[in-house]
Amino acid sequence: MSTSKVEQAGGAGYLWVDDRVPASKYLKKQLGKVFPDHWSFMLGEIALYSFIILLLSGTFLSLWFKPSMIEVVYDGSYLPLNGVKMSEAYASTLDISFDIRGGLLMRQIHHWGALFFVAAISVHLLRVFFTGAFRKPRETNWIIGVTLLTLALLEGFAGYSLPDDLLSGTGLRIAQGIMLSLPVVGSYVSFFVFGGEFPGTDFIPRLYTVHVLLVPGIILALITVHLMLVWFQKHTQFPGPGRTQRNVVGYPLFPVYAAKAGGFFFVVFGVTALMGGLFQINPIWLYGPYIPDQITAGSQPDWYIGWLDGALRLMPNIEIVFFGQWNLMLNVLVPAVIVPGIIFTAMALYPFIEQWATGDKTHHHLLDRPRNAPTRTAIGAMSLSFYVLLWIQGGNDLIANTFKINIFVITWTLRIAIFVVPPLVFVITKRICFGLQRRDRDKLLHGYESGIIKRLPNGKYYEQHQPISPEERAVLLARAEAPLPLPMPEKYDANGIKQKGYGVKKLQSRLSHFFYNEQVPMPTAAEIEEGNHHESELTAERNYEIDDARTKALAPHE
Amino acid sequence: MTIEPYDSGDLPEHKPRRSDVDPKAAKRAERQVGFLFIASGLASAAFIVAYIVTPVDKEMPLPGFGSTNASNLLLGITMGLALFLIGAAAIHWAKKLMPDVEVVQERSPESSEAEHRDALLDEYRRGIDESGVKRRPFILGSMAAALGLAGLPAVVLLRDLGPLPADALTKTMWERGMHILIAETEQKIRPEDMQVGTLISAVPEGIDLVMEEAGNLNELAKSAVMLIRMDPAEIVADQTPEGKEPWSYEGILCFSKICTHVGCPLGLYEQLTHHMLCPCHQSTFDLADAGNVIFGPSSRSLPQLAITVDEDGYLIAREGFAEPVGPSFWERG
Repeated sequence: MSTSKVEQAGGAGYLWVDDRVPASKYLKKQLGKVFPDHWSFMLGEIALYSFIILLLSGTFLSLWFKPSMIEVVYDGSYLPLNGVKMSEAYASTLDISFDIRGGLLMRQIHHWGALFFVAAISVHLLRVFFTGAFRKPRETNWIIGVTLLTLALLEGFAGYSLPDDLLSGTGLRIAQGIMLSLPVVGSYVSFFVFGGEFPGTDFIPRLYTVHVLLVPGIILALITVHLMLVWFQKHTQFPGPGRTQRNVVGYPLFPVYAAKAGGFFFVVFGVTALMGGLFQINPIWLYGPYIPDQITAGSQPDWYIGWLDGALRLMPNIEIVFFGQWNLMLNVLVPAVIVPGIIFTAMALYPFIEQWATGDKTHHHLLDRPRNAPTRTAIGAMSLSFYVLLWIQGGNDLIANTFKINIFVITWTLRIAIFVVPPLVFVITKRICFGLQRRDRDKLLHGYESGIIKRLPNGKYYEQHQPISPEERAVLLARAEAPLPLPMPEKYDANGIKQKGYGVKKLQSRLSHFFYNEQVPMPTAAEIEEGNHHESELTAERNYEIDDARTKALAPHE
Repeated sequence: MTIEPYDSGDLPEHKPRRSDVDPKAAKRAERQVGFLFIASGLASAAFIVAYIVTPVDKEMPLPGFGSTNASNLLLGITMGLALFLIGAAAIHWAKKLMPDVEVVQERSPESSEAEHRDALLDEYRRGIDESGVKRRPFILGSMAAALGLAGLPAVVLLRDLGPLPADALTKTMWERGMHILIAETEQKIRPEDMQVGTLISAVPEGIDLVMEEAGNLNELAKSAVMLIRMDPAEIVADQTPEGKEPWSYEGILCFSKICTHVGCPLGLYEQLTHHMLCPCHQSTFDLADAGNVIFGPSSRSLPQLAITVDEDGYLIAREGFAEPVGPSFWERG
């Protein structure tokens, strides 16, 4: 047997592998796999890299952290707390912060990393939503993404609760209060979770297992599936010259994309480490150990729980008592269970709702520009405004303190705003989208406003329009022919018999009108041709007029 | 079906970068990448030096910001730079020296070909057929039942996660004649020790023993109370039931400290209005008016503890709480 090329290249080790797992053909294809490039595609990458940073820094912390609520007397380097009784969890967190070199750095990297993780997931989700990347065939990946966001919130809250400082204990107390509000089973749920009354001594060890094993394990598994689907279905791309539904335009995995993505991991890690060194986060030693009858003013959760806390603060105090015996705490249930439940369910199902409402069953690999899907964009903006209002309410005490506004006024303003602002945002966003569509149409028909103002011999001014670049043209044209709303179904068929499923079809048609009404029509190819022709003729004519006048003016007088 | 509404034209022509056409520029880029990697290596070495040299508790001044932990700052900066520079080098390398010609690849077909789908269906049917579940429904039925039942032990196993609530949520340790202790000093208190306008956090006598015996802080999470003294003329109402001895004593009232919303300890007392605000979600209780809710998400008044004084003049509980303290729950009543 002659030596193969691989052996000559010194790849004997690879041959050993390939003899056992013959994957050369497959790997060859994958090394050349093309990934499209856009800054917004890096958001998901940040989330992935943050997760890796969390795994690494978290493992470091677990070498010293003691998830125990056994009471000890602190005797460490942080003198203000010397001699104070506290749980082992809190004491070991102090040790990590003050007695282990690099411990505080790793704690701060872990906390900053967690904040970035949730932030990156959230912004990535917004990007996917507003560009319609969740459409067929990527609905499954959307649902996985929503699940990952939910798990990330849970995981973050669990981590925030573990050190057993005053803030984290207060957060757990609120969580326990929410558990108690569950109808029928509330007190049982709370007793099972906490191993009895709050706070007990079972909870932190249990939470620790959830935080370091259960949830990260599920997150890791879901991220793997998420990425495999991206790989298998290939990434979406923005419209542009040469980019179609059927191709992917970008850089091959090896070497360009690998260098960029791999390099970006180090950039994210480096920035997180710099943050950990330069900016203090969660200084638990200032809060003191958790004592159930103590509290500090201005208690704030991490940013991503703020909207839930805001919802709790916003809700009026409605509690219903049935037969003087059973209580339904709507004041807690609505903001902490029902509203978040509706939000996450609606978010997970959105691809299917839109698909059903629009009747659009086609594959989509080219991303939408948000303006070209005005109703979706408006729904997104509306939801975002709802979220932001809750989030503002989550900091109402800080706002009241900083700006010297009465806190009751803030709360009442937001109670009204939560009903008024989102619908307004919906309408305004939709109008803006239509405005942008109209501008795109004008650009296609007449070119762009060049800013060149010309004066005609008769004193008139006019602005010259110039044709747009082929790149921009490809982007503007990418908007599919404005889809028509589904027709209203006939109530009775030809034989006068009521149609089966008429009501459902009617609802679907209504929704479809809601989605597609008032779209600015795309110009046809002929119209564009004619528009450009007209524009260039006009320009030529004007230029001739000016030149003619100039020639006459410059001609020597007879 | 695919939508292909328009002709997107051709890929724009590749514009060569300086490093593509000018060997000097390429050489410069190569040096820059190399230097970035070397700088990263130096930062790693600096990290190790900082780790060894800087004591863990050394403070260092940070102009404009006061002072900071030197070890944390130096380790963070060196580690951050070591990592960041690797990333910067790799990206610079990719952008300047690796090809930037965009490549076009066709997408794979949207779905499997019909014949493959059909073949799969046949294969699946063959398996179902060979397993015989259709002809022998008894097996399928009993298997489904067994699988369903096998899940139950997993649920049952969780039963011992905690005891049942019993009366734990409705009872505190407060009872008739129990001294009220100042939470901070654990000392008994006489009415004359309290001036009008003061608020004191308090606990039942013997709570330390109870908690030590239990090995947890549960009792404090529900028995914590606060004593407030106000001018008796300012008290609009308290929770004394009709025909009973008064629950307050010479303008001193005792309320549960645990918010009836979701259980945060109350903390922000406004002396002039007698309003008590929960720092968590701003439920506001009017302590001069029977602890009623005047604002915020809480739906229940603060439970009041009936108090009086013993023969030595110390404040004691006249009886235990008449209703459960803390957040409401389904069977609270």
